[in-house]
Amino acid sequence: MRHIVVIGNGMVGYKFCEKLRKLADPTQVAITVFGEECRPAYDRVHLSEYFSDQNADKLTLAPARWYEEQNIQLHTGELIAWIDRRNKTVETHRGKTLSYDQLVIATGSSAFVPPIPGTDKRGVFVYRTIEDLEAIIAYGKKMRSAAVLGGGLLGLEAAKAMVDMGLETHVVEFASRLMPRQLDEVGARTLQTRIEELGIQVHLNKNTQAISGNGKLDALRFADESNLPVDMLVISAGIRPRDELGRSARLDIGPRGGIVVNDAMQTSDPAIYAIGEVALHQDIIYGLVAPGYDMAEVAARHLVGDIEKNFSGDDMSTKLKLMGVDVASFGDAFGAKSEHNAIVFEDKAKGVYKRINISADGKRLLGGMLVGDAEAYNMLLQTMQNGMALPPNPEDLILGSRGGETSGAGLDSLPDEAQICSCEAVTKGMICEAVLTGEAQSVKEIKACTKAGTGCGGCMPMVSDLFDLAQAKMGKRVRKTLCEHFNYTRQELLDIIQVKEIKSYDTLLNEYGTGDGCEVCKPAVASILASLWNELVTQQDTIQDTNDRFLANIQRGGTYSVVPRIPGGEITPDKLIVIGQVAKKYDLYTKITGGQRIDLFGAHLHQLPDIWEELIAAGFESGHAYGKSLRTVKSCVGSAWCRYGLHDSVSFAIEVEDRYKGLRSPHKLKGAVSGCARECAEAQSKDFGIIATDKGWNLYVCGNGGIKPQHALLLAQDVDKETCIKYIDRFLMFYIKTAETLTRTAPWLNKLEGGIDYLRDVVVNDCLGIGEQLEQEMQRTLAVYRCEWKEVVNNPELRAKFTHFINSEATDPAVQFDEMRGQKVPAKW
Amino acid sequence: MTNTLDYKTVSSENVTNWFKAAPVTAFPANGGACVLYRGKQIAVFNFTRRDEWYACQNLCPHKQQMILSRGMIGSEQDEPKVACPFHKRAFSLQSGKCLNADECAIATYPVKIEEGYVYIGFDEA
Repeated sequence: MRHIVVIGNGMVGYKFCEKLRKLADPTQVAITVFGEECRPAYDRVHLSEYFSDQNADKLTLAPARWYEEQNIQLHTGELIAWIDRRNKTVETHRGKTLSYDQLVIATGSSAFVPPIPGTDKRGVFVYRTIEDLEAIIAYGKKMRSAAVLGGGLLGLEAAKAMVDMGLETHVVEFASRLMPRQLDEVGARTLQTRIEELGIQVHLNKNTQAISGNGKLDALRFADESNLPVDMLVISAGIRPRDELGRSARLDIGPRGGIVVNDAMQTSDPAIYAIGEVALHQDIIYGLVAPGYDMAEVAARHLVGDIEKNFSGDDMSTKLKLMGVDVASFGDAFGAKSEHNAIVFEDKAKGVYKRINISADGKRLLGGMLVGDAEAYNMLLQTMQNGMALPPNPEDLILGSRGGETSGAGLDSLPDEAQICSCEAVTKGMICEAVLTGEAQSVKEIKACTKAGTGCGGCMPMVSDLFDLAQAKMGKRVRKTLCEHFNYTRQELLDIIQVKEIKSYDTLLNEYGTGDGCEVCKPAVASILASLWNELVTQQDTIQDTNDRFLANIQRGGTYSVVPRIPGGEITPDKLIVIGQVAKKYDLYTKITGGQRIDLFGAHLHQLPDIWEELIAAGFESGHAYGKSLRTVKSCVGSAWCRYGLHDSVSFAIEVEDRYKGLRSPHKLKGAVSGCARECAEAQSKDFGIIATDKGWNLYVCGNGGIKPQHALLLAQDVDKETCIKYIDRFLMFYIKTAETLTRTAPWLNKLEGGIDYLRDVVVNDCLGIGEQLEQEMQRTLAVYRCEWKEVVNNPELRAKFTHFINSEATDPAVQFDEMRGQKVPAKW
Repeated sequence: MTNTLDYKTVSSENVTNWFKAAPVTAFPANGGACVLYRGKQIAVFNFTRRDEWYACQNLCPHKQQMILSRGMIGSEQDEPKVACPFHKRAFSLQSGKCLNADECAIATYPVKIEEGYVYIGFDEA
């Protein structure tokens, strides 16, 4: 029987075993593996997670038991010291000799420690193995500050770990920017800004000349004669292939290290293969796991006689999250390899940078980089790898969300061969088949049966979209349950609450849910309860989002804004003066909103009841700007003043706004009334818009601004006021009862089978016979309206909740303001 | 004390000082409130449903905002958590780990209830 010996039990060595065992059973090939670490192969990609839970088992790729089951001899903690090519034997450091038929070297790499004097001092570490991490954690406990040498991918991972340990963290980089191999100047600067916001100090252009200290390090000394005093240092300056066995066995070695291999992963000795980070393929060392897995596959196949598949080189495409910042780089990221045109998008405010390189003929995507928002990565990578045709305006690739298309839209057009999971070489066809054959009934099961997403996990959003796509193809309805605490859709919960007359979240959770609830189901249920019963939201304040809990809109810095209701945008000079006086007294930033009201910003939590007391005394009431509820009904000036006006749009707008004020719904609601077809109130961009005609009023519904603007559609033509209101009653209640949580009317209509025609059938023609019921339900809800702020102002117990500290009268000292154009604004975050 | 590095997790065995924060009745049911202790802001949560109390730094590491006490509490697979009101970053109240993004972990503190008062454990005098 053939005997294959594997030297090295890292991620790639393990993957090789797995692949080889699938191709050859124990009666055909015996496998022996040597690993120098004391534990079986573990997931180095997610090494930094070890800092948070220190559970080595979680990182283990397969336990020792797996090797037994697979009939693989695993020797951990045992090092191969010598390869005897003539006799085809290996010798371990314990002197044991073992013969082989074929040998696979997967010794990986070690951390490169630059030749700087002082790297032997106490407090200097590398970042490579679980043991390294354990040493770092033990040492770091007593320390205050740490520096990471190297601002590349691994270095930044290490820096994140330092921050998690609570250390003051510095990153020292020799080059003029972070991640110089993946990012250009602007990309790196964008990343740096985001990282510095976390309190990490970045030092660029620093050539470290010495590590000083007496026995233990106390500072880094740089060539520019500056110093960085620091308690510990983690070196992450690159990798060195562990090619010493290849050297001593006189295999061909590259000038800068690495065992030279051909496309079949064979070294200069055809009986010896090298894979992973130790292998030098066409002068490239691949320091990423996906190419390593590819090499493992090629070598395993070649060893069983399948010479079809070759390793043709991989690109260094990668996507990861560094300290909460998405960073991705793919293909020819710098456009260095061929003529190209770059398309660049930069948003300094949000810290987003995107760049794609398009071939000179404008037909193909060559590569690019994404910082701050890498949602498009998977689709871009697929487009590049499959040579897919580019859209007429290639910038749509990185500005895709303008059209509001979901990420699933492009998936359908991908060929079946498109590789979705590059770590495990899983194609779109494989995933869809697993779903279509019923083998995988959930995303989790796709992971189990195809292994997609079990590597770096970067493809999971795409796998999940593919699952939905395949499900939809099978005609299965994707049932959107609320969250892990309620196995019901919003509509089902609404029915339960209504039929069982449930009034509190706790009762619902006790009887129909599990666990403690969460930030998804609490406000969703709160909204349903308010829509149906319209009881004061202050009665169950801790299930409300902060805006509804404190009846104001939270702003940067933690202060709130105050919006009194100004129905139809009509206000008397006296009331305007009161708003001005209040704003002045409490030093509030003031601004006219898009909905014809006045917003007062920068109020401390404890000031809110006092401010409202004064506003209420002057006749104002809550504007519900904080709620998923009716905001404003905008109006033009109408026939009272306007020479073109057909009807009195202001009076109608005030009437409608007063009618629906305080109405809670799945999302916010906006309305408008225009006095003629010139449409100065922009009614066709609102959830409900009314436009005067010479015969009455036209009612438009389901218009939205927002991310994806949509024009409202005509629901009823030339109706009188009473009919118009009746239809709005029915329309709004129907929407409230059937929309998913946080869905505005436009996307709700888009998903409604039958669209506007069906909606008209329900609302105008009453095809379901529920018209009257909807009106009555609306009537009941509106009848119990009370101004929430009036209740709070008059109730000392509720008022007492508006305080930052529970044990002190002090205001939040963290709140700070700057000045802009003569008014205050919160300090930047 | 608006830097996340100012807050370090205290485990119950290391408590040297139990700070008497406020009476139990001052805290909302199934919700949180903020306690001031020597310039530090500590968010304290009353899980009435499970009869448990948790405390953590009030500072959300995502945008460095003093806000977590105003977040909604809940659980994920039985692990108690709080979600920041600003961008819904959720943190475990047991390990401090961020559950839905790659933010830094937050510091957590032991809480005990004695004779109707809430005490928070610190390891500094």
